[in-house]
This record gives sequence, structure tokens and C-alpha cells, in this order.
Amino acid sequence: MRWRVGPAVVATVAGVAAGWLALAVLVWIYGESPREVIAQLVSGTWGMPYGVGQVLYKATPLLLTGVAVDMALRAGLFNVGAEGQLAVAGLAIGAVGARLGIGSPAWLAVPAVIAVGALSGATWAVVPAVLRARYGANEVISTIMMNRLADAAVGLALAAGLAIPGTVRTPDVVPGARLARLDAVGLTSLHGSAVSVALVLSLAVAILAAWWRTRSRIGRETTLVGLSPIACAAERIPVAGRLGTAMVLSGAIAGLGALAPVLGYKGYFESGLGAGAGFGGIAVALLGRGHPVGLLLAALLFGTLEQGGLAINARVPMEVTTILQGVVIVAVALADARVRAAVLGRRA
Amino acid sequence: MSVLEQILGATMLAQTLRMGVPYVCAALGGVWSERSGVINIGLEGMLLASGLGAVVAHVATASPWVGVLAGVLVGAALGVAHALVVVRGRVDAIVSGLALNLVALGATRFVLRALYDSSSNSPPVEGFRMGGAGASGAALLARTLLDPLTLATAGLVLASAWALARTRFGLRVWASGEDPAAAAAVGVDVGRIRLAAVALGGGICGLGGVALAYDQHQFQSGMSGGRGFIALAAVILSGWRPAQAAAACLAFAALDALQIVAQDRARAASGYVVQMLPYAATLVSLWLIARRRGQGSIAGRPPSGLGKTVD
Repeated sequence: MRWRVGPAVVATVAGVAAGWLALAVLVWIYGESPREVIAQLVSGTWGMPYGVGQVLYKATPLLLTGVAVDMALRAGLFNVGAEGQLAVAGLAIGAVGARLGIGSPAWLAVPAVIAVGALSGATWAVVPAVLRARYGANEVISTIMMNRLADAAVGLALAAGLAIPGTVRTPDVVPGARLARLDAVGLTSLHGSAVSVALVLSLAVAILAAWWRTRSRIGRETTLVGLSPIACAAERIPVAGRLGTAMVLSGAIAGLGALAPVLGYKGYFESGLGAGAGFGGIAVALLGRGHPVGLLLAALLFGTLEQGGLAINARVPMEVTTILQGVVIVAVALADARVRAAVLGRRA
Repeated sequence: MSVLEQILGATMLAQTLRMGVPYVCAALGGVWSERSGVINIGLEGMLLASGLGAVVAHVATASPWVGVLAGVLVGAALGVAHALVVVRGRVDAIVSGLALNLVALGATRFVLRALYDSSSNSPPVEGFRMGGAGASGAALLARTLLDPLTLATAGLVLASAWALARTRFGLRVWASGEDPAAAAAVGVDVGRIRLAAVALGGGICGLGGVALAYDQHQFQSGMSGGRGFIALAAVILSGWRPAQAAAACLAFAALDALQIVAQDRARAASGYVVQMLPYAATLVSLWLIARRRGQGSIAGRPPSGLGKTVD
């Protein structure tokens, strides 16, 4: 029991530390002072209210895609497709949001666009879900293919009439469907940053997802299927059904990741809006380890890196934070495997 | 000229070959890696990083051949890194491949800015210039056919097909991918074979990155543009076989070429539909493969030990 939380935390901290070390080395190679650049990264994010607001804005979709990938992961599925699910949902939210009645009240418009986001994200997960649950086909490959299809499909839909002619963006969504920025609802010190009430929504989804997984019958069964599908089949748990549910739910949650950029920030969808959040969600899920607090911390970490990259871009190419993201993913996974082997060795 | 003449003409053939080389190299890399049992979704990152490696070496030495060497070495090094993390580090190959793509995307932009103070492209490079300079289809075809990278790629397709089926090393790669435990039991060092196969695959994929960069006569940020994933699709469609993978790649390249040749006729929308075809075909193929599983059909199925570790 003592080991249940311990090794995971050790591995995560070690991996993140290795990532920062890699960042320091890269900055040093580039000919800048690692201490100064990292200090600038911190002061440009957590050191001022605008920076905090921007980190929270960047963390909002990451938390949702992280929860989405985690939801599938607990069922033993690797949803690499959050990127495409989010892109398709972003387009659908933008397109529907712009076509609602101009005077639509928020109590009607906001739930409507949220439902559109969840439904379209879920729809984009249906093919991988069926291929895996019904036919046993590898969901990693199918979700990668769905990502690439989403890329082309979004381009096609924009070109075929959803975009304002001559542009790659949809018309503005109606005012009632916008999600208010936090600086507009009382937190005036965050002025200018793009963080919106979508953050509150994503926190609620993270808690709901954790609740569903641990407290509801279907949710618990889904986790059991992830642990041992054969045992579950023997216990007459409908394994295929649970796998399919997990994948489709994962897609729905990933789709909600498009709410913050489309409705909280831009007010319309444009080609590439929200890109990267799907793959970032995989990193968040790997670091978050199935716990809502872990997922939130991981989303904040990667949100800080994204915003921090912009803060240091004048001195060091902001792409160092992309490298850092990759290094952290591998380092945590490596540390994880090492700690796991050590624990198993001790038990044997 | 009618559309049909254009499609059957030399330009179309030349464009297909020209665009097919990076696909074919990346797909061969994928076949070598996955035949040994290591899933490789990092082909995209390998193409990108080796393209930049080649251009940097070419700019520094003014020799396209040194560039080729550098690109192949970068690809092989990434293959070694991927294999070490997966085989020795026991990390999920999907996780490692995703990280590889992220690092390659970030690192190429980082290096572009560090060396050339640009976030979008490198200085121009000459690459290989073989044959005449004419703009006609025949001249383009001659240039493409005489290009050392095209010739090397064709050779690698044949060599890979032969080596996988006929050589001791190839059969060990095959065995490590089919049943790592049994291979280990008869004395094959599965870890080392996988390391070698993924490194070899990385090097071949690297050649594709070189071809991509030389074809544009410079490196552009993000220039792989999803080709690694198209190659991955070809690997699956081919049933993890080199010659078939190359054929699938050429088919995808022909679709690309069709868009170029008929560009005045094709509207944007048809371009997107064509873009979707490889991925849609792969989904159908995944479905067919999964459906036939357990019905005794052998050709075209994935290596049984794909993604499995050995202790």
C-alpha cells in the first residue's frame, strides 16, 4: 500500500526535473544564461497577473484533453486522436455558434454549443471505438488516421462554405454563446488575458469524470476492463460495450477542449485554432496518473511551458519548450519503468 | 493537351517518382522497425530532423554527399534513441514515438533559429542536379530518374525485400517481431536485433528526409507535412512488406502528382478529398485485417509480437 502513490510521484518529479535540466542545457548551448532565462520564464508566467491568466487559459483545453486521454487510458485504450476530436469540435462549435439566433439568451445558447462540442468530438471517436470494441483493431493507428482525416475534413468544410469567403475563419458566434472572460466577471486583475469561465467548466468536467470512474457502476466496470478484460468477460461485464463507451466519452471530453479557444478567446473558429492541445493532453494524462489533482497540476505545468515559451522568445527560441515537453514525456516514462522494475524486484 | 494525355505523360510519372521517394523511404523505415516488433509512429519526426541535418551539413561543406551522410546518420541516431527508450527503457513505443515527433519539431525550429536566425527556412542548397535543365516533362523525368536518391531508394526497396526474407539478419528481425520469446529461446538477442532494425529503418527514413529537403533546395520548418503518417498508413496497407509498401507509397504519390499536374482544373475541395484517401483506405484496411483475424489468413497481418517486450 505504501508504494501505491510513492513511486508514481517519484518518477514524475524525476522526469520533470530532467526536463528542466535539458532546458537549462539547451539555453546554455544557445549562449544565454540558464538562470536568467528560467527566471524570465517564471516571472513572465506566474510573476504577474496577466501571465497567470494566460497560463490558466492555455491549461484549460489541456486539462480537458488530459482528462479525455486519461479516461480512455483507464480502460486500456490509447486515444491519440484528441487532436482531431478537438479540431472537429472547434469547427462545429464555431459553425453552430454563428448560426444561432442573434438574440439567443445565454442559458439556451451556451448549453447548445457545449452539447455540439461534446457530440462532434464523440462522433470523431466513433470509428476508432467501433473498430476497437467490435473488431479488436488497434486504436492507436485508427486515431492517428482520424487526426489526419480531421485536418483535411476541417479544411474541406471551411473551403466548402463554413468559412467567410476568402478566409479560413467562421463568422463570429452570437454574443449569447460566448463564454465570459474571467476579467469581465470580477477578477479584474487578470485584465487582458484570455482565461474564461471555460476554466471553471473544465474543472467541473475533470471532477465529474473522476466521480464517474470511481462511483458509478459503468465507470468502475470500465476501469476493471482496463485492468483485465478477460476477467471482466468471465464476470459477464460487456467488455466491448465498456471499451466503446470509454472511447466515445473520451472523444466528447476532448471536443469540449475547443470551448476555451473558440468561445472564450476568439469568438470564432479558424484553421489551426487549438492545435497541439490534443497531443499536449497525452502528456498531461501520462503525468497526471489518473488523479484529477495530478491532471490539473500537469495541465498547469504544460500551460506554463506554452506561455513561458512566449515570455522568453526574445532571448531563446520558444521552441525549447516544445523540446522540453518531449523530454519530460520520455523522462517520466523512463523513470516510471525504472521505479516499477525496482519495486517488482524488491517484492520478488 | 487533354487531361488523359497529361495523366499518362512523362510529367505525371516524374512527379509521382519525385514525390514518392520520401514516402517510400519513410515506409521502408517503418517496415524494418515494425517487422522487428517496435511500433514506430516517429517517422514524421525522423523525416523532419534528417532533412535539416542534411541541409546543415550541405551548407557547411558545400557537398550534397556529406549532406546525405548527415541526414542518414540523424535518422539512424533517432532510430537508436527510439529503440533504446523502448527496448532497454521499457517505455511504450507510442509514448516514445510521440515524444520523438515533439522533440524533432521543436529541435528543428530551434536549430533553424540558432544557426540561420530564421524560424521558417534554411539558406538554399544545391542538392543533386543531374541531367538537363529543361522544363519539359521528359527533362524532368530524366532528372528524377538520374537522381542518386531516387536510384538509392529503388535499390533499398529491392534490398529490403530480399534481406527481410532471405538473409540471416532479416529472418532474425522477422522472428523478433513475430514471437520474441521463441526467438530469445533459440538464442537470438532480441533486444540487439530490434536496436539494429530500428536504427537501420531510421537511416532509410533519414534518406527520405534528405530527398524531401533537396527536392525543395532548402529546409522549411514543418516540411514533412504529415508524410511520416502517410508512410505509416502505407506500412499498414502493405501488410508490413517492403515492396507492397513502396507500391502503396507510389499510389499516394500519384494522387499528389495528379493534383499538381491537373492543378488548373482541380479546385481546392477536390484537393482535400484526395488528401483523405490514404487515411480512409488505412481505416478500411484496419477493419479488414481485424475482421479476418483468426480465419487462418496469413498474408498482410501485423507481426504478432508487435509492441511486445521480452524479459
